[in-house]
Amino acid sequence: MKIGTMNDLTRFLIFAVVILAMPVWLDPLGGNYPDLLQKFAIYGIFAIGFNILFGLTGYLSFGHAAFLGVGSYAAVWSFKLFTMNAIPALMFGVLFAGALALIIGFLSLRRSGIYFSILTLAFAQMSYNLAYSVLTPITNGETGLQLAQSDPRVIDNMFVEASAGLPSTNLFGLTMSGYPGFYFCAALLILGFFISMRIFRSPFGLMLKGIKSNQNRMMYTGLNTRPYMLTAFVISGMYAGLAGSLLAITDPLAGAERMQWTASGEVVLMTILGGVGTLVGPMIGAGLIKYFENIFSAFNDTVLAEMFSYLPDALVELVVPVVGLFVGSGWHLTLGLLFVVVVIFLPGGIVEGVDKLVKFIRNREKNVGGKVTPQDQPGE
Amino acid sequence: MDAVFLQILNGLDKGAAYALIALGLTLVFGTLGIVNFAHGALFMLGAFCAVTFNKMLLISTKILDPTVTLFKAYKEKPYLEIWFPDVGPVLVDYSVPLSILLAIPVMLLIGFILERGLIKHFYSRPHADQILVTFGLAIVIQELIKAVFGANPIPQGAPDILAGSAAVGSWIGLGENVVYPWWRLIYLSFSGIIIFGVFAFLQFTTYGMVVRAGMRDRETVGLLGINIQKRFTIVFSLATAVAGLAGVMYTPILPPDYHMGMDFLVLSFVVVVVGGMGSLGGAVLAGFLLGIVQSFASMTEVKAILPGIDQIIIYLVAVIILLVLPRGLMGRAGVMDD
Repeated sequence: MKIGTMNDLTRFLIFAVVILAMPVWLDPLGGNYPDLLQKFAIYGIFAIGFNILFGLTGYLSFGHAAFLGVGSYAAVWSFKLFTMNAIPALMFGVLFAGALALIIGFLSLRRSGIYFSILTLAFAQMSYNLAYSVLTPITNGETGLQLAQSDPRVIDNMFVEASAGLPSTNLFGLTMSGYPGFYFCAALLILGFFISMRIFRSPFGLMLKGIKSNQNRMMYTGLNTRPYMLTAFVISGMYAGLAGSLLAITDPLAGAERMQWTASGEVVLMTILGGVGTLVGPMIGAGLIKYFENIFSAFNDTVLAEMFSYLPDALVELVVPVVGLFVGSGWHLTLGLLFVVVVIFLPGGIVEGVDKLVKFIRNREKNVGGKVTPQDQPGE
Repeated sequence: MDAVFLQILNGLDKGAAYALIALGLTLVFGTLGIVNFAHGALFMLGAFCAVTFNKMLLISTKILDPTVTLFKAYKEKPYLEIWFPDVGPVLVDYSVPLSILLAIPVMLLIGFILERGLIKHFYSRPHADQILVTFGLAIVIQELIKAVFGANPIPQGAPDILAGSAAVGSWIGLGENVVYPWWRLIYLSFSGIIIFGVFAFLQFTTYGMVVRAGMRDRETVGLLGINIQKRFTIVFSLATAVAGLAGVMYTPILPPDYHMGMDFLVLSFVVVVVGGMGSLGGAVLAGFLLGIVQSFASMTEVKAILPGIDQIIIYLVAVIILLVLPRGLMGRAGVMDD
């Protein structure tokens, strides 16, 4: 069955099963740590949300990390002020990110193309710089916002006596770290995927696709495209806020570096790698990047030397430093190369690659027996 | 008054670096239509040309130290100083300006290879693809430099004779205590010369005229029987060299490290967009303007009124200009209007 023609319900069910079964099938691949699984789910949400903007409307935002950061800060403040429960933190994260997205989107969407990219980048950099400097009372500057024993936690303290030591984040008593944390993120990811699927199929989504293919024509039909764009931008910002607050829920601290433009670049990368404008593509991209980041960063020269120990010694000395360039702390090099290669050869990302492969294999099967004559080829 | 004057100098100085990078970016955009996110990395490569040149001059051997008499002590001495006792130390002292000689051919070559090998295939792809591929390229260049030179900044000294400060104040009658580092003045004039050179090349040579014509309407120029593509490739190399030279001369001001390119890139893009995509004059003007605005915003008096303004002023100005003037300061109609 081709991915492109699959029934939506089947697609959704497969997605849900694959996500929930991640601890099982990632085990042999060495990816079965709760921390890593949580990252998969969280960055999956981030990328799926980004795709609603970039994939549907074609507007390339280079400032999405700002929403991620705001979501984190809002969530940590909710822990500090009110309660360690995850639900209010989520709501605050989404709400504040949405509000910021509304402001930034309202201004940035006046321009399109590269001007839009630069405007979003400028706003994100402003937020980042402010978080580092003037807003230190709110963001705690370079140290990052952390929980403290002396936090008020108004709601929690109404019901239970504060215990010694820092409390951990929870969902009505269920601690939000380890596997429970992952399943919480995974449930939200599946929900997010469902919503994104509904948006892709809705008249609203079609409108956005229309704007992507030709905004002028959409306007000639008498449609005011601005509210549609703004809605898409805010929804996408809220996804980022959700991802940010989940980051804080699984690990209750927030730092300004989450808002830096390299973080915005990362989500663009994930989306591109998986496949822009496809439903599952961004999730695949996010998963792959986080997986390789985790696996590749763990390598060092000793591990490599062991891996290549079957080679002759002289060769090992040659191979290890060269391979060492691409793994460990140098894994960004691999990432950059991967990125260049994907953009050059597979502009549609991995999803397109798989589709092409499936088509190729099918065509070959079809052609078995039947000879392809030169006349069958279309002319140049 | 003194403070204001110094801030203007500071701003011009910072603006000079922005303007040089933005000039190259705009040149590439205007000719090839490529949005080059790797341009900051090229600036950084230029800076590391200076580092490499310095390292090459200082290739050393161990020799017996004659000042220690009790036992045999060895010290490192560069070959250069052994072979040319008179000229050697002077060459080392002037390594930064001299490395321009290395940087120009190296950067031209890098530019040529990049254009032929990678950028060429992206002319007809959407801008988003161009941004993405050059962004990936920038990461690759940055990581390679990190692998070769390490992650720490490598300080480069200006020549000794230019180490101190110039008594700028007494030249124009502002008092003795208005001083400014020599090297920054040199940088300012250097970038002035480069900018003037690029403009003169485009404005007063036949070659430049063809390039400008190509920027306006490449099809017609092509129909006239001129291989505009070849010229644009050379313009790309030229832009690379300009970025590289800006990097070389900046090393005594900011010790180069692998991510300096990215730091400058974001700002330079803001500069280009504020100036107007594809407008060379706009890029230079916006570069100096934003440099000056930024240095005024970092004055203590200003910061006392608006705390944190120095951190965001450039972006704030960019946002305002883009919202008020859709095409930037000097952008022409029809360029990137979508």
